[in-house]
Amino acid sequence: MKPFALVLAGARDSLPMLVGAAPFGVIFGTLAVGAGLSAGATLAMSAFVFAGSSQFVAVSLIGAGAALPVIWLTTFVVNLRHALYSATLLPYARDWNARWRWPLAFWLTDETFAVVEHRFRSQGAAGGQWYQLGSSLAMYLNWFLWSVVGVWLGKAVPGLAGWGLDFAMVATFTAIVAPQLKKRPALAAAAAAGAVALLARGLPYKLDLMLAALVGVLAGVACEKLAERRVAA
Amino acid sequence: MTIWLTIAGMALLTVLIRASFLVFGQRLSFPAWLNRALHYVPAAVLTALVVPMALAPQGTLDLSPANPYLVGTLVAGAVALLTRRTLLAIVVSFALYGALRWLG
Repeated sequence: MKPFALVLAGARDSLPMLVGAAPFGVIFGTLAVGAGLSAGATLAMSAFVFAGSSQFVAVSLIGAGAALPVIWLTTFVVNLRHALYSATLLPYARDWNARWRWPLAFWLTDETFAVVEHRFRSQGAAGGQWYQLGSSLAMYLNWFLWSVVGVWLGKAVPGLAGWGLDFAMVATFTAIVAPQLKKRPALAAAAAAGAVALLARGLPYKLDLMLAALVGVLAGVACEKLAERRVAA
Repeated sequence: MTIWLTIAGMALLTVLIRASFLVFGQRLSFPAWLNRALHYVPAAVLTALVVPMALAPQGTLDLSPANPYLVGTLVAGAVALLTRRTLLAIVVSFALYGALRWLG
């Protein structure tokens, strides 16, 4: 496949994620304006941070008058899951040089990770950097545009933040994960992670998320090992 | 002024986390068990993001059929599982969620 075709394929395969991220971008813009951020600061956050959930948390912390180190620490912990994504993609990125690694790392979101990891695992990673570039650019432009719409709507439609548009994120992630759960170790990973996330919710700095992720991965590995042992025996 | 410092710090932290292994780990080669463990990252992380929002959208556990987040999540999962069409699952569940929330 030629680079341009791969870019297009990456963007096209991200289409469901674009739809799911749209309402999320809108409420981010709305909430940020509601918390007192200027339009410029709101859009700068979408352009330079480009990490939806941490942007949400930061905006609510800013609105509550939290101190700078608290906002940074929270951002760090909320986004720590991206280090797991970074590690997961590393084996597929052997041939990429630094000119590729930096921008693709900057654009590494939950959605792009889900799309490219699925592709690399099922079809191999040949030309993967172009494919990931397509997904990344599509997600980036989409996020920025919907943030703009949110800023505009936030000023025009008071109360939009309370409409519950955040369900779009839940729907997107559920739709990505559900088909993977046909395999038992993945189901175990998801069940354990979900249970821990639920029980540990509200831990400071969103540490519950990392704890749940680690327990989930361990559960997946344990289940895989058990199955192997059963086959061997 | 503080807001720009806030954003600059957030941007720096986020890109460093994302670059951690991809950029700085170029020479790292993971042992086989770790590579296998990393296969469970998508299922574990995405589920950990979803479950609290679906089962406790207001912070307390709400397992009633009147919880539109829960109903919407179950429908999104079922449609995705049965049809393998992500976009369809998102659109259908979002429409149902909206209907439950605004009409019900």
